[in-house]
Amino acid sequence: MRIEEHPILKFNKERKIAFIFNGQEMEGYEGETIAAALHANGVKVLGKSLFKHRPRGFYCAIGNCSSCLMTVNGAANVKTCVTDLEEGMIVQTQEGKGVIV
Amino acid sequence: MISVELAVIGGGPAGLCAALSAAKSGAKVLIIDKNKNLGGQLIKQTHMFFGSEKQYASTRGIDIPDILINELDKYKDKVEIITEATAVGMYEDGIITVLEKEENYFKLSSKAVVVATGAYEKALSFPNNDLPGIYGAGAVQTLMNVHGVKPGNKVLMVGAGNIGLIVSYQLMQAGVEVKAILDAAPKIGGYLVHASKIRRMGIPILVSHTVKEAIGKESLEKAVICEVDEKFNPITGTEKVFDVDVMCISVGLTPLNELLSMRGCEMKYIPQLSGIVPVRNENYETTVENLFVAGDSAGVEEASAAMVEGFLAGLCAAAKIGYRPKDFSERKNDYINQLKNLRSGPAGKHILAGIGQVSGR
Repeated sequence: MRIEEHPILKFNKERKIAFIFNGQEMEGYEGETIAAALHANGVKVLGKSLFKHRPRGFYCAIGNCSSCLMTVNGAANVKTCVTDLEEGMIVQTQEGKGVIV
Repeated sequence: MISVELAVIGGGPAGLCAALSAAKSGAKVLIIDKNKNLGGQLIKQTHMFFGSEKQYASTRGIDIPDILINELDKYKDKVEIITEATAVGMYEDGIITVLEKEENYFKLSSKAVVVATGAYEKALSFPNNDLPGIYGAGAVQTLMNVHGVKPGNKVLMVGAGNIGLIVSYQLMQAGVEVKAILDAAPKIGGYLVHASKIRRMGIPILVSHTVKEAIGKESLEKAVICEVDEKFNPITGTEKVFDVDVMCISVGLTPLNELLSMRGCEMKYIPQLSGIVPVRNENYETTVENLFVAGDSAGVEEASAAMVEGFLAGLCAAAKIGYRPKDFSERKNDYINQLKNLRSGPAGKHILAGIGQVSGR
């Protein structure tokens, strides 16, 4: 799912970062967001809606719509579309509204 | 509490130019931006800009933030920048509250403010429009052009305005197949130059079409579209099915300016400006004294106009708080003329009709 060649842009993909999504080891790159790294790994479903449990992905990717909320390193409701991926991050789909730590 | 002379909320094209213009006049400026990098949505615009040289025409959007930031660097002693900071409130006493990095919450007072908070993408209603794989056009640009990740393999683009056409082209550049572009209007909304480029690549542009429904279990698998009549009612029996894993929604933007409503600015719904916008004078000062607005938060237009509005608002805001340069009238007339030129085409007529309804205080 990554762009290999582009006529205009050069992507700075130097340092690989390992992270864990729902118990599964994955790799992303330093400088990208959690949602971008997940998408590159083929993960589009980031959570479930509160009441009807419908699959949720991102919509705006710039931190406005809150469709990408996940639990990251134990903290609930993290906007994964604007939060940078970090080494060893534990990313989980969130059940329900999440609890403020 | 932090006290500044001029607070600029938003470091996109309008905000950066407002800060630059005010600093040039001698005012001390603080820019607050919620993102890590300045430049707003310019950071994903790989296409070259139109307009004239003054608005960086023939320069790619992605290269404009650095040009503006380098300019700002000349006024280092005047300009302070706080990124990853969101202005979450603006109160009746003029105090702005800011949340920095989700941990530092502080109050900000200023002599004048320029709000340049931009716009957000509209959604479209149809059954299953919440399936993952259905993304805003801006989201697709961010994913591709900022992160180098493809949104999927086969895309249906909804909306044949400039953004829909440009993003379709960018998808092809990224190696993603665009199956078709559709638009409910009977005519292509974007510039002919963009539409021609798309047609030469063999992508069909289906006007008078809308999305009937999306189909998919965990994410988008198929899109059903149909024709609409002149009253935009779906015509049964005209359905077509596309096997796509991405639907890109490009049905326009709407101004993001809740801070102005909260502060008590007089606001009006103006369809030509794509939503609720503040009443303002020709200096882009709202009905609240010393509170200015610029860019898409004043009405959705495009980045070139946003930059000029920023220059104008920054100049006038600085002048209001005592920094009126000798060449004030010259600069002001220059900006007003630039805006006039940018709005001289058919799209500009529409914008001007909108602005006419919110001008004057």
